[in-house]
Amino acid sequence: MIAPSVTALFLWMAVPLGMTLYFSFIRYNLLIPGPKSFVGFSNYYFFLTDPAFAAALVNTLVIVGGTLLITVIGGVLLALLLDQPIFGQGIVRLLVISPFFVLPTVAALVWKNMMMNPVYGVFAQIAHSLGLSPLDWFASVPLLSITLIVAWQWLPFATLILLTALQSLSEEQKEAAEMDGARRFSIFFYIILPHLARAITVVILIETIFLLTVFAEILVTTNGGPGVATTNIAFLVYAQALLQFDVAGASAGGIIAVILANIVAVFLMRMIGRNLEA
Amino acid sequence: MARAIPARRRWLLSIVAWAVGLMIFFPILWTVLTSFKTEGEAIAAPPHILFFHWTLENYVEVQQRSNYIEHVSNSVVIALGSTLLALLIGVPAAWAAAFAPARRTKDLLMWMLSTKMMPPVGVLVPIYLLFRDWGLLDTLTGLTALMMLVNLPIVVWMLYTYFREIPADILEAARMDGARLFNEIVHVLAPMAAPGIASTMLLNIILAWNEAFWTLNLTAAKAAPLSAFIASYSSPEGLFWAKLSAASTMAIAPILILGWFSQRQLVRGLTFGAVK
Repeated sequence: MIAPSVTALFLWMAVPLGMTLYFSFIRYNLLIPGPKSFVGFSNYYFFLTDPAFAAALVNTLVIVGGTLLITVIGGVLLALLLDQPIFGQGIVRLLVISPFFVLPTVAALVWKNMMMNPVYGVFAQIAHSLGLSPLDWFASVPLLSITLIVAWQWLPFATLILLTALQSLSEEQKEAAEMDGARRFSIFFYIILPHLARAITVVILIETIFLLTVFAEILVTTNGGPGVATTNIAFLVYAQALLQFDVAGASAGGIIAVILANIVAVFLMRMIGRNLEA
Repeated sequence: MARAIPARRRWLLSIVAWAVGLMIFFPILWTVLTSFKTEGEAIAAPPHILFFHWTLENYVEVQQRSNYIEHVSNSVVIALGSTLLALLIGVPAAWAAAFAPARRTKDLLMWMLSTKMMPPVGVLVPIYLLFRDWGLLDTLTGLTALMMLVNLPIVVWMLYTYFREIPADILEAARMDGARLFNEIVHVLAPMAAPGIASTMLLNIILAWNEAFWTLNLTAAKAAPLSAFIASYSSPEGLFWAKLSAASTMAIAPILILGWFSQRQLVRGLTFGAVK
């Protein structure tokens, strides 16, 4: 009964992955006909020593790290806020989680144009009304701009998961601590934060897996530029394959992306596996 | 929630929460408002917030310019088709994992999950070449099948976590009464797990609708769903914000509303049961 699913997934993952691995060791460019001879690790050598790779690796880490920082800290604060007995709690919650359902391409274009445009964008207008000179977001801080857009999309995810975890914390425990004279500050650090630790870990791991391959947001806003200022590893592989037709080089890059993602995945799988035992 | 808190504190917290909520929601609200403006009003400074001449012309123009309806229907076909296909092979798999586990079942489940961890760029090149050779580039068939595979691990896992909550005795009783396996699944399991199956469908429709890596790479004009079609607005000619907003509003509205109904399932589905 489980066989059709397993077979389908096996064909979908293992076969193409095997092909990627094979391509990464041969000479293969769609524009240069010729024998597909075995070339050892030279595709990896060229991919890894390309200055664009170092830049892409740094950019990838900035996008992942920056987004995690914003979404985890913002998510904890928002979850604490939404857990309070506020008026219209349900509606505020809907407002906060909404960005998660926005198409990535829509989010990126709306932010780039209507929010961050240096002349007519909302931010520029706010800056004007405050007497400040507006920032040309995508010209002066392109990577930060993309990170902000991605963080806006993922903040709801972190908030929702942390809020769910927060609501499973028993009210008695907090009350007991309050009776013992614990201050709000210590309640947060000694009771709430440890309780959230597991959920925070899950958020970090899952977001990392998705954030390592941010693609649409880059494609529709900067196309990786200016230069390689906003090229991450996923975008670099795409550019190598579908813009330069260098199948072999892109395959080597793909394998490197897989290895990077696997480092994170191992930790996540362990946590989920432990949950299965329970 | 039981504790009484001073009314003033409650008001203060509410104001802060509403302000933050509206700030986060603002880009969406602004998009919807802009979609009803003329292009001139869309870039007016200072912006006209509510008191402008409301118009529907952008919606009309978006359709005329690019046969918008066709892209909507592509999105619907891909999202619904891939979800139904995934259920078709996912339900039996989840049934087996939950009620007839073998020694290797747990490993198989973990392995399925691991496929979801693989970055799509890892298989972009071969998938692109295979699609090209099989004539599947820019076809609904190719994209629906692919999207089914992309989401299958989540379908199996979500169904599995729901099925596990159903007591196995009930299914056994049905079997004792001579129900065949097919009947057992369709007439006993499915009705009991209906809420779980519905949640799984909902989440997968959302995920398939919003997928943008494969749709951007594997479609062009014909089979492009909304996620890929909207990208064509990244190289605009002239004034276009109001039209971009109209196209965007239509593209996100249905999924936003579905999403509002699926908050809980979202947590469960996206954390693979690690947070409930």
